[in-house]
Amino acid sequence: MIALVHMAETEVPQNPLIPPIPELVIGLIAFAIVFFFLWKKLLPSINKVLEERREAIEGGIEKAEAAQQEASDVLQQYKDQLAEARHEAARLRAEAQEQGAALIAEMRAEGQRQREEIIAAGHTQIEADRRQATQALRQDVGKLATDLAGKLVGESLEDHARQSRTIDRFLDQLESDANAAEANGAAR
Amino acid sequence: MSADQMLAFKTDCHIFDGCGFEAPGLHSFVFEPMFTVGGIGFNKPMLLALVGTLVIVWFFWAAFNRPKLVPGKLQMVGEAGYDFIRRGVVYETLGKKEGEKYVPLAVALFFFVWVMNLWSVIPLAQFPVTSIFSIPLGLALLVYVIWVGLTFKRHGFVGAFKNFTGYDKSLGGVLPLVMVIEFFSNLLVRPFTHAVRLFANMFAGHMLVVLFTIASWYLLNGIGIAYSAVSFLMTILMIAFELFIQVIQAYVFVLLTCTYIQGALAEEH
Repeated sequence: MIALVHMAETEVPQNPLIPPIPELVIGLIAFAIVFFFLWKKLLPSINKVLEERREAIEGGIEKAEAAQQEASDVLQQYKDQLAEARHEAARLRAEAQEQGAALIAEMRAEGQRQREEIIAAGHTQIEADRRQATQALRQDVGKLATDLAGKLVGESLEDHARQSRTIDRFLDQLESDANAAEANGAAR
Repeated sequence: MSADQMLAFKTDCHIFDGCGFEAPGLHSFVFEPMFTVGGIGFNKPMLLALVGTLVIVWFFWAAFNRPKLVPGKLQMVGEAGYDFIRRGVVYETLGKKEGEKYVPLAVALFFFVWVMNLWSVIPLAQFPVTSIFSIPLGLALLVYVIWVGLTFKRHGFVGAFKNFTGYDKSLGGVLPLVMVIEFFSNLLVRPFTHAVRLFANMFAGHMLVVLFTIASWYLLNGIGIAYSAVSFLMTILMIAFELFIQVIQAYVFVLLTCTYIQGALAEEH
């Protein structure tokens, strides 16, 4: 056994911590190859794609955010419009009420005016009728009186123009007498 | 190829055959050269280092050369590994702004170390290239040059000296002592421990796997078969354990690299 170990030691006289130079060189070359491939070619390539992917994902998020923003903007706009419309409606309603009230007042005034006009026209009509009636009555009374007087006298007084004047004078006198009596009555 | 080129241990002996058990030792890490170029022997670790390099480059070429926005399977795996180092190691230690520059270095280091470790369990290869001290030493020296250079570049000569020696006035009387210790610790011991940590782990791991493998073979005779089965089971367990250690060590190597760079970039205090 001792001989074997001894043999092994003589076979391998090397301390494992003394590095063999060829392996050192080969190891560094091997590492250099790996490093340069990764550094110059492969990691930049994958980094680009990772960046693109990140951007794609963030772009999607940004798009979604933009859409959401737009939606909320539109909603706000819609709400504003709705509020405006409500305002407008209220305003129109108030205006209509005002106009209605004004219209009613106007109509009322118009009605009043028309009523008064009609009343005034009526009065005028009545006055005119009365005058006409008075006129007609006067003639009739004159005629009746002349007829009566003619029958009483027995002769026709109709043809005489002065007859009418006489009647008129008589009637005027009657009227003036009535007026005078009335005035006296009033004075008393 | 002969056994000396590929195995570095004897295969022609069983228990009860009258020959002794030849335990694995330092000689298990020395391979006869397959051929010689200009007086330099080309051996199995070198071959594995180069093939491993091809494997890494092939993998990342296949995964990242024509990347797609919606990744395929290979690209997804590659991205997961890449992201693990970039976010999990570099951004964690150096921050996103400072760290971005060192991502390729960290990624290359991690996958290089990991694949070189991984050779330990690949059938027919079954030898971790990183258990040859030259490989981790080369990487550690590279990292050393990078972070020492960075320290000088960032802080100037005096600043770098303060950075290396942990200069801090508030320490008062013990400051000279601290400075000496820090100087040795940072500039002389650090690259050595950085390399040895990886090397020793893989060396020891391989030693265990080889021990149980040889034992399984050696015991495969007569009543020894029962012991051989136990030994074989241990081989399987050790290989599973090695798979775990390989990733951990690659991760630690890169994490330390980033920590050293971070120390070099840090403001003096």
